[in-house]
Amino acid sequence: MGSITLNQVTKSFGEVQVIPPLDLEINDGEFVVFVGPSGCGKSTLLRLIAGLEDVSSGMIAIDGNDATQVPPAKRGLAMVFQSYALYPHMSVRKNIAFPMKMAGVPQEEQEKRITNAAKVLNLTDYLERRPGQLSGGQRQRVAIGRAIVREPAAFLFDEPLSNLDAALRVNMRLEISELHNTLETTMIYVTHDQVEAMTMADKIVVLHAGVIEQVGSPLELYNNPRNEFVAGFIGSPKMNLIKGEEAAKRNAATIGIRPEHIGLSTTDGAWQGKVGVAEHLGSDTFIHVHVPEFTEPLTVRASGEFSVRHGDTVYCTPDESKLHKFDAKGLRMT
Amino acid sequence: MATQHSKSAARVMISPAVIFLLGWMIVPLVMTIYFSFLDYRPLRGVKECCVGFQNYERFVTSSSFTESVITTLIMVGGILLITVIGGILLALLLDQPFWGQGIVRILVIAPFFVMPTVSALVWKNMFMNPVNGLFAYLFKFLGLEPFDFLTQAPLFSIILIVSWQWLPFATLILLTATQSLDSEQLEAAEMDGAPVLSRFFYIILPHLARAITVVILIQTIFLLSIFAEIFVTTNGAFGTRTLTYLVYQRVLESQNIGLGSAGGIIAVILANIIAIFLMRIVGKNLDR
Repeated sequence: MGSITLNQVTKSFGEVQVIPPLDLEINDGEFVVFVGPSGCGKSTLLRLIAGLEDVSSGMIAIDGNDATQVPPAKRGLAMVFQSYALYPHMSVRKNIAFPMKMAGVPQEEQEKRITNAAKVLNLTDYLERRPGQLSGGQRQRVAIGRAIVREPAAFLFDEPLSNLDAALRVNMRLEISELHNTLETTMIYVTHDQVEAMTMADKIVVLHAGVIEQVGSPLELYNNPRNEFVAGFIGSPKMNLIKGEEAAKRNAATIGIRPEHIGLSTTDGAWQGKVGVAEHLGSDTFIHVHVPEFTEPLTVRASGEFSVRHGDTVYCTPDESKLHKFDAKGLRMT
Repeated sequence: MATQHSKSAARVMISPAVIFLLGWMIVPLVMTIYFSFLDYRPLRGVKECCVGFQNYERFVTSSSFTESVITTLIMVGGILLITVIGGILLALLLDQPFWGQGIVRILVIAPFFVMPTVSALVWKNMFMNPVNGLFAYLFKFLGLEPFDFLTQAPLFSIILIVSWQWLPFATLILLTATQSLDSEQLEAAEMDGAPVLSRFFYIILPHLARAITVVILIQTIFLLSIFAEIFVTTNGAFGTRTLTYLVYQRVLESQNIGLGSAGGIIAVILANIIAIFLMRIVGKNLDR
């Protein structure tokens, strides 16, 4: 009970078309992540689905029913906002109860759902507090709790973790994934952080300037990026994109090679270069190698500790089977 | 570095200002208190010392005292009611995006810059006059008998005039409060299924609570001393005699300075009681 279909949906703000005609199919129970650089229209797309913005043309269907003109409250979707949007003058309990109160849910049922949500989200001890007395992570959980009790057809998350610190973010990421496993409800999640997208999604939708660049599972996107943009966006650190002679040698306009698919040696190899910055993470070392033929430094992953110094000469050898080739338009060549 | 030394130096430095201000406030107060214990009627050449609380007794027991207190409460309460409710509505209206917003906002604030005497005279002569007033023309245009505001509903007319003056103040403060409301909260409420009215009562109004208490507090302090509007329009007749006006009448019309001073002190005490009462409410609201 939570499939969403977008059919030729567009959105313009005045003269500016932020979303050109767009089709998207979201299946029931899927965890879909919209990812893209800021300003790519991913939040707008989410707000269109939520009904907070009206579509300029096209159709949105929820569970097969046309919902294009349905007001947000009637769509059966719950949203978690970036700022959490908790009501500051209400206690946590009242915050969570608010949507049920508006829907006229009987008091007993309300209590039951609040108790359940509080248990799932570890909020039982905080129910009488005000949002102002909670930490960021707790507020986040209250916002999720307010969404859960509505028993919606789908959850919409608008960059929910961007206000949390790094450690908490990893934690909440796990909690949301776990929540999805328990509830098995459709979730649509907007983020600009591709790590979040890769770790949480069943299906990633990569957006760029309002256009869907590719839809697929995390590994599909990682292994078979459809174009240069997706190739450069998915993966951390970024894929090395090389133009010029080296690419021409392989009959492509651009070739892409991920840092983890380059072999590094101090004695011999395909490309000779000098070591720039080396980032030691313990488990891995990312080394920026300045190869004279390339305009940009090559990022290379060496597993474990690889001791080189700034200015050392190293040789890099790409794994030819993991090489991605793109034509002049940036599309993948097979 | 606030050392002990620099602290005492700072005290010495600011003492002239503090002493000056204290003197400025205390001298008139002490003189009023002093006069309130005299039988002082300069036109009759009476100035007798130390009549005790006789002035206070006379002021409080006269029938016009309770009447004036009630009038004051009705007037202040009415004006507060109109300005707060009107202010909230206007603030919500002005918060909507529309063409010419900047100019309209300035125009809305304009009445606040008109002097009380002037605005009262303008209202009295240009709007409420039963022969030449705009309202009279309007009534005649609709085929009705012109309504003589200041004789038939004098208290209401004054409330209307003063409300007109203070509405911009309330609007301005409430508008800034409205603008500080996080729009995501309203959107969240919309998603949660709250219709427009519920959003107003559950989200907007609680958000405005602080601003409303501030408006009420500040306005009450100023409204307790309304004088010009009454003086210019009804001269305190037809049940528009507030406590402030009563004090004025005792001092200048009856030429009884002792009695008037006693009334002034009573007014100060009453105003303080109201202020303490209000401060507590505001304090409660600001704590959150």
